[in-house]
Amino acid sequence: MGKRGYIFLPGGFNKVIEELSKSYRIYAPVLKVGEGRFTDTDVVRYDFVKEASEIELDKKSDYSFKEILTPLSQTLFFFTENDVKESEIDEREVLVFLRSCDLNALKRLDQIYLHNGREEDYFYARIRDKVKFVLMGCAHSYEDCFCVDMGTNRADDLDYSFSVDYIDNQFHCQLKDNVLEDIFTNNALKEQDITPRFVTENETRVKLPDSVPLSIFTSDMWEEYNTRCIGCGRCNYVCPTCTCYTMQDVYYTDNGRVGERRRVNASCMVDGYTNVAGGGEYRKKHGERMRFKTMHKIYDFKKRFGYNMCVGCGRCDTVCPEYISFSNIINKVTAKTLEVQNEK
Amino acid sequence: MDINVKKLKKNAFRVSKVRGETASRIRMPGGYVDAESLKRIAEVADKYGNGSIFLTNRQGVEIPGIKISDMDAVNKEIQLIIDNEGTNQEKRDTGYAASGTRNVVACPGKRLCPYGNYDTTEFARKMEKQIFPNNLHFKVAFTGCSNDCAKVRMNDFGIMGMTEPQYDSDRCVTCEACVKGCKSKSVDALKVVNGKIVRNTEKCIGCGVCITVCPTRAWTRSKEKYYRLVLLGRTGKKNPRMAEDFIKWVDEDSILKIVKNAYSYVERYIDPNAPDGKEHIGYIVDRTGFEEFYKWIMEGVTLGPKAEVAKTMYWGGKHYDHE
Repeated sequence: MGKRGYIFLPGGFNKVIEELSKSYRIYAPVLKVGEGRFTDTDVVRYDFVKEASEIELDKKSDYSFKEILTPLSQTLFFFTENDVKESEIDEREVLVFLRSCDLNALKRLDQIYLHNGREEDYFYARIRDKVKFVLMGCAHSYEDCFCVDMGTNRADDLDYSFSVDYIDNQFHCQLKDNVLEDIFTNNALKEQDITPRFVTENETRVKLPDSVPLSIFTSDMWEEYNTRCIGCGRCNYVCPTCTCYTMQDVYYTDNGRVGERRRVNASCMVDGYTNVAGGGEYRKKHGERMRFKTMHKIYDFKKRFGYNMCVGCGRCDTVCPEYISFSNIINKVTAKTLEVQNEK
Repeated sequence: MDINVKKLKKNAFRVSKVRGETASRIRMPGGYVDAESLKRIAEVADKYGNGSIFLTNRQGVEIPGIKISDMDAVNKEIQLIIDNEGTNQEKRDTGYAASGTRNVVACPGKRLCPYGNYDTTEFARKMEKQIFPNNLHFKVAFTGCSNDCAKVRMNDFGIMGMTEPQYDSDRCVTCEACVKGCKSKSVDALKVVNGKIVRNTEKCIGCGVCITVCPTRAWTRSKEKYYRLVLLGRTGKKNPRMAEDFIKWVDEDSILKIVKNAYSYVERYIDPNAPDGKEHIGYIVDRTGFEEFYKWIMEGVTLGPKAEVAKTMYWGGKHYDHE
């Protein structure tokens, strides 16, 4: 892939999106007016768009792009007494608009669904093969972002088709995917070297622990979350790297001999996640769940794959109705770790 | 001292226990007051009153200890408040033009409260604009959701906010936060059927709890805002009672019309011998029958397709007057 830079006036960029819409489905953050938690509040979440004006380029999305790859709820197949029929999928390719943190998160999703064990996940792979990415530059850091400390503020080496930065009424795009060259050349104001914008500092800082002592598992630092955390799972559902799911086999009420198998997002913070046959539940307390989630994001995953799972997008902090900050928990773990090391 | 007490009362002053003293009642429709007006209230209390301020049950204030002879001066001072509140007035610098129709009450609503289903203050102020000044004794109150923190059921007209929950089953992960929330905080109108949520639309009171607890935005609010209109609650010596449900899923315009129409009804049927020309609407309705009242208040009202009107209305309460 070569790299070329283009500048577009709004009209030209709209044309590009219009042209792309003919062959791609475009999946981007969209401001959903009035669809927030509270009356007349908005939410930014992903959806398919037809026009450039629908894409929310300014605000940070509350929910991540992962819903295209691991839908919140997805029917995998339908079954009758003797047959199984796979659910259908739109054959068109998808262009997903996302920021650097999310493009880094994609590597984590691929790791779990494609490169973890012998088999690829079939249903992940069938959509993943159709997806290309558009990197949205970050003009500034947002509230709760800590990508710089997580090393996910840059995406230069990652695979994307083109980038987009909206600067002074012009769209600045760096094109990597040669397939799109004609569309870009035909609609651009001019060509120019472009580097996608990225942030170099965040207000929120985290210090990661090198290794975590075993005593962290019994530390009293988790106890406050027994009462503070309500176990709603928002932190997991908005997280671009959470990959857990559960299955639902559903038998239709009109005919109990046919039905479907669904896969839905699961949350390690929500009741039921650690339920086992016989009525056991491994992590009843919300503090234990918080410990498990934290360790997975900044320790266990790294131990297995060599890099941290958390990308520091900070969505979990922003969405938490109880004002629990995950970045603060990371810093608490590190402080606790240092405390134990110093005692020795 | 020669004072027309009837005029004094209509001008929103009170006849006090202390001879020669009065108290000035300040309206704050929808519970809203700007800081400048509040400062003026404090200044009047210091300059003309006894330095104290009483907070009324209906979200206004009373400034006690004012000399009756200072009423004109006080009316000039409170013009700033009347201007800031945008209160309808007949003549400048003469204070309030009536006191019968009481301050319109509102809970904090959506401006502050996570459960508020609409802007209670804005609606209350719109109502106040329409019905004030008027000497008839009307009490109207607005509350943001079915919690009824504003206690609108103690009013002639109580308006409670509703939202119609919109469900996107593709975003639902069956975490059951809504089912648990509805059961513990509301009316238990949700259940899981085949991994998705089914809402009992007859049971649902439109409180919006499912929407606030949903972690995935599977539940969202309806674009349209709806209300539950409850009628003819009251306190008092004879027969205190709670207001009863009249229309569920009613719209804003219909509510404004219904309350306006009720004034014509009361003008027609109020007891000409009522003390101080004050009679709770409910007692008038007890006399004429609800059907006559219904005919008057629904004049020119076109309800939306979702509106559910109560077929009959019965009120309970304690009947001290019949025992």
